[in-house]
Amino acid sequence: MQFGLSESQDFLKDSARKFFAGECPSAEVRRLMETDTAYDASLWSKLTDQGYTGIIFPEAYGGVGLGKVELMLLMEEAGRALLPGPFFSTVVLAGAVLDTVCSAAHKHKYLAPICRGETRATVAILESNASWNPRDIQLTASNGKLTGEKYFVTDAAIADFIIVVARNGVFVVDSKAHGLKVSPMSAVDLTRKLYVVEFSNTPAEEIGATADLARAFDIATAALAAELVGGMQRTLDITVEYAKTRKQFGKPIGMFQAVQHQCADMYLETESSRSAVYYAGWALEENSPDAATAVSIAKMYASDAGRTVGNRGIQIHGGMGFTWENDVHLYYRRAKGSETAFGDATFHRERIASMVIDCGSVSAKSA
Amino acid sequence: MDLNLTEDELAFRDELRSWLAANFPKDWADWREKPIEESFPYLRAWQRKLQEGRWAAVSWPKEYEGRSATLMQQAIFWEEMARVEAPPMANSLGLGLIGPTIIAFGTEAQKKRFIPKILNAEEIWCQGFSEPNAGSDLAGLQTEAVLSGDHYIVNGQKVWTSYGWVGDWCELVVRTDPNVPKHKGLTVLLVDMKSPGIEVRPLRQMTGESEFNELFFRDVRVPVENVLGKVNDGWNVAMSTLMYERGSYGARLHLIFKRYITRLIELARNIQRDGRPAAQDPIIRQKLAQCSAEIEIMRCNQMRAFSRVTATGVPGPEGSIQKIFWSELNQRLQQIAQEILGPYGQLLAGDPRAIDNGMWSYAYLRTRGNTIEAGTSEVQRNIIGHFVLGLPRSY
Repeated sequence: MQFGLSESQDFLKDSARKFFAGECPSAEVRRLMETDTAYDASLWSKLTDQGYTGIIFPEAYGGVGLGKVELMLLMEEAGRALLPGPFFSTVVLAGAVLDTVCSAAHKHKYLAPICRGETRATVAILESNASWNPRDIQLTASNGKLTGEKYFVTDAAIADFIIVVARNGVFVVDSKAHGLKVSPMSAVDLTRKLYVVEFSNTPAEEIGATADLARAFDIATAALAAELVGGMQRTLDITVEYAKTRKQFGKPIGMFQAVQHQCADMYLETESSRSAVYYAGWALEENSPDAATAVSIAKMYASDAGRTVGNRGIQIHGGMGFTWENDVHLYYRRAKGSETAFGDATFHRERIASMVIDCGSVSAKSA
Repeated sequence: MDLNLTEDELAFRDELRSWLAANFPKDWADWREKPIEESFPYLRAWQRKLQEGRWAAVSWPKEYEGRSATLMQQAIFWEEMARVEAPPMANSLGLGLIGPTIIAFGTEAQKKRFIPKILNAEEIWCQGFSEPNAGSDLAGLQTEAVLSGDHYIVNGQKVWTSYGWVGDWCELVVRTDPNVPKHKGLTVLLVDMKSPGIEVRPLRQMTGESEFNELFFRDVRVPVENVLGKVNDGWNVAMSTLMYERGSYGARLHLIFKRYITRLIELARNIQRDGRPAAQDPIIRQKLAQCSAEIEIMRCNQMRAFSRVTATGVPGPEGSIQKIFWSELNQRLQQIAQEILGPYGQLLAGDPRAIDNGMWSYAYLRTRGNTIEAGTSEVQRNIIGHFVLGLPRSY
């Protein structure tokens, strides 16, 4: 058993870190977050050149064919850099949905251009009831047309097509389709924009069954948890650096146990989230029977940890932590968005409870 | 990353499983509830049986009757022992902590003298580290050893000594030079517990039992050949022992905690709360789920740490994460048990209405010690802060 990264996994993670550090430094994040869509075409084409837009998809559709653990590593590094724009929406979410639910013909039509970096996409799930339980979805297609609205849709304004989850199927709506209206929701995370998407007799192409979405959503959920891990790591790094250099009472504040022990807890929370995320990636890759539980465990833990690591990071920075110019709040904002996306810790605890209390227990692979 | 067992690991596990199937003591159930004073000869016999199968010290080098087991194999060993709920080994400190320290620092004569009798449980070992005024600040210990001819004369007091009451030998940390910085004047002595001048007293703990002892040393003579390692290098020797304390042994915790939570879920299905089973109460469900999840994360953390140590070759300060994680998790687990059991949770062993014969009230009290023993949570956070994160020393 080897619960460390392989050489090629290490290489992928390192090169992603260097890539994001070079192409997406803090100044670029701040520039993009002030734009309407946080999207930058030249950054996107560089992501494509790296193979990131096709990372886990089959080579038949122009993908790179890597595994879910590799996806976790890439998302971790994207999270560390606070990569703005529609990468999660397009590649992870829409990509996984297309890869999971639709036919080869639809994959050629929709997934392949994503791999090639030609299109942006997103998935519209939540409605006004804001429930992540698929049973609560009301929107229903009739005669190939959609009428209704979806909330909290990420990056919809920059998407070339929107995948819509309806009661009676999964549909693709072209961004130029009749009766489609996309309007921004003003939310805490400035780097991943949210929208209301309204349909009024809008033509939609059915690509799959709603019941088949579970695995794609599990992949997206785990990837979000991975992204949270990267954000936690960056918050920890910034905070520890500050605690080493900031002096009060003539000493670096990191020398005070009230501060140092909070840093230790940030480390513990970050590492534990990482363990849970890597395990979830592996379980998804292996189609392990406990994959769904592992995903919920990772998202549950990382959702809470992302917030508490941010809380501690801001607190340790003192007044500086409360300023706009300090990056910690940017990660904190992202963490809030990611915490609620695909179910917060409370949601996933109930999901875990239904798996371990109501259906008997499933556990991480033991020797 | 590959979480499947390798062929070597599978072979190791299967060999152990078939050995256990043939040799597991069938009468253990009759003994397990008895006080350790009574069952101790039984535990010695069990260790001897393991040694006959070369299973008593799998981590030890082959030349010392071990199996040179990898860290992952050691983890498998402890998991398998937990899976069958095997009896503990009588000489657990000798095998787990002190034997490896003697192998690392001892002279050939010391190894020859001590190692075989550690393995066959003929000589039980205890550890004389903590003192009334030296707990977290271990290096501040005051028990002194003064050289007089070819003997050290030891005076002082130790506390929290496990197995003190049955110990034949003690790994004792003493101050041999009071005139140098505190870490530099310590020496480790191997002390015969039958030496004149040693008094062993039980230390009654908040659970009511006495797992530990206090040791008193009055003019105890220890021959110079019983110095372990170099004189005044005792800090390094002692730290090496403590490193083993945070080793693969923790692998068994996953199964132990799983057994707790499985039992708790079963209880929660049967205990009524506001007119329905506690297992249907949303708050209880949230808490059980949190604990179940953390038990899995604890295991993932452990496996990641084992893989890292295997890759780098040295156990690092990351072990502190495991210590904080399991000890605080165990406390939360017991608190949830109390919430589920309600008033029944307080009943002690022997009360006819106690659930699981008072196991839960005992565990509730006993787990308070978890964040103190083997390095307090505060010390672990200092270790992470300083040695992992590179923050300045806070003490």
